Amino acid sequence: MTGDETLLHAQDLVRRYTMRRGMFGRPVEVRAVDGVSLTLRRGQTLGLVGESGCGKSTTGRMVLGLEVPDSGGIAFANERMPPPGTPEWRRLRARMAMVYQDPLGALDRRLDIGTQVAEPLEIHGIGTRADRPGRVEALLRSVGLRPDQARRYPHELSGGQRQRAVLARALATSPDLLVCDEPISALDVSIQAQVMNLLSEVQQRSGVAMLFISHDLRAVRQMSHRVAVMYLGRVVEEGEPDEVLHSPAHPYAQALVSAIPHPGRRGGRIVLRGDPPNPVARPAGCAFHPRCPVAASVCAREVPALKRRPLDGRLVACHVAQGEAAPGAGLPQNAMEAA
Amino acid sequence: MSDIPLSAMPAPAVSAPPARRQARVPVLVVLAILWLVLMLVVAFAADLLSPFPYTALDLRNRLSPPVGMGGVWLHALGTDELGRDVLSRLITSIRMSLLIAFGATAISAVLGVTLGFLAAHFRGLVEQAVLALVDFQASMPFLILALAVLAFFGNALPLFICLLGLNGWERYARIARGLAVSAGSQGYAAAVTGLGASPWRVYGRHVLPNIASTLIVSMTLAFPEIILLESGLSFLGLGVQPPMTSLGNMVGYGREYLTRAPWILLAPSSVIVITTLSVSLLGDWLRDRLDPTLR
Repeated sequence: MTGDETLLHAQDLVRRYTMRRGMFGRPVEVRAVDGVSLTLRRGQTLGLVGESGCGKSTTGRMVLGLEVPDSGGIAFANERMPPPGTPEWRRLRARMAMVYQDPLGALDRRLDIGTQVAEPLEIHGIGTRADRPGRVEALLRSVGLRPDQARRYPHELSGGQRQRAVLARALATSPDLLVCDEPISALDVSIQAQVMNLLSEVQQRSGVAMLFISHDLRAVRQMSHRVAVMYLGRVVEEGEPDEVLHSPAHPYAQALVSAIPHPGRRGGRIVLRGDPPNPVARPAGCAFHPRCPVAASVCAREVPALKRRPLDGRLVACHVAQGEAAPGAGLPQNAMEAA
Repeated sequence: MSDIPLSAMPAPAVSAPPARRQARVPVLVVLAILWLVLMLVVAFAADLLSPFPYTALDLRNRLSPPVGMGGVWLHALGTDELGRDVLSRLITSIRMSLLIAFGATAISAVLGVTLGFLAAHFRGLVEQAVLALVDFQASMPFLILALAVLAFFGNALPLFICLLGLNGWERYARIARGLAVSAGSQGYAAAVTGLGASPWRVYGRHVLPNIASTLIVSMTLAFPEIILLESGLSFLGLGVQPPMTSLGNMVGYGREYLTRAPWILLAPSSVIVITTLSVSLLGDWLRDRLDPTLR
């Protein structure tokens, strides 16, 4: 189930948006995703973390083929992703599915749950009309819903139940890949744990690969086999969850991890100075250098590549962590501060 | 996933969902439905129901008042200045006006929703073209357009219905485009597209039912407008041509006898008022009824 077979490979994805500021402003180019490469293996979960606006969701949509990258390519099961709207693309939908942040928005409020869960089966012509009720019942049970809830409408269910219904619909075609875009951030904390457990259960049972997008580091650590940390459209560190989330190598990942609250811990939190990242005015060199506590002068000039660190072979994009530059004291107006 | 035995799950305490409370149909809506059914029956069985042909003259009983105002049962709703039976003419008028109003409303709704969905689906140039058409339609005084078309092509009933169908399609187009765009950029339509659904399924099965309530309200507003527009055009002599008759036509010609024989005008006027009111009531109720979140 956790074979090393590559299911999806994304190479140097770039997605640009043009944005106009004000009525007569010049169009500005925003690089939402700037050269992201990902590899997903069958039956495994890749966690994607980063602050809002760093391009996590755009990456997820490109991986699913819902959005076309401006450059770079995606291969799913060793085949190129067909352009959206084509019949091949539509057929491929049966093999990949998405779980949304807002389950109420993702469900049609005029159709009952059973009809919506049966919809992928109808679209892809799976099974006969007669055995669909049975399949729907089994799907609902597999995500922990009662079969009689098939007749309920989305607004009659709780948030957690809706997310289960969305998951049942996503699993209807037994997909190979599930992209979960912040699947738990709209739920109560108690429900979050249930939905995460359900996702793990589903993965163990069906061997589906997942791209788990979240800003909740603990959720990512619980769910993922590998973790990638994104900052301003780039992956800055990637590796095993325990490595990345216990002893991060990249200064941004260190700051991110230190922000996880621990009961009883005092101090030791890295508070980043400077403005939150603005994808319109991307800093030269390493995008993180204006806020980085250990930035050296080379960081403002050269973009660090994501490569294996000679020391211990970890994938990190940082001049300092790679040992190419001595840790500086940060560039002017930045400082490390213990809170 | 379907291989999970049903008995494997611990039997959940199956509490049947609470029986959905069957909302009683309000009295006014019942009356509106009855009235509309009556109108439809009258329209379909006009030839059987009318006591006289609508052009038959009874010169000895000209301007005879209806029963209750000193009239006789021979002409229950009285007669007009030529001695034509008002009831017979009313029945023929109802058929004609309903045909025009339903036909034109249907044409404008279908045209508007189709163009709106096309604009929302293809965006880009198609959308710009549709929006330009919408703006053109909205800024053009419809009466002038109608006058020009009728003057050039002559007056025929199918042409007249199509022409009235052009009135108001831009509202449906705007509504359909706006709601389809917002549904498509995020939410259920995007989710269904992501499942691999064809555009036909996305728009027909999901977007259209979801925006139907707004469209129905818009249609109930447009229906009376079309009846009144038809009346106006008929009054100008551009609509339904004598000897054919319609409700607006009757009101227009009855105006001259408003003081001496008000029944000629009152009968079609009351039919217009009650029918448009019924359509509005029914539309309002249907909108609530079709929305599962309001039930």
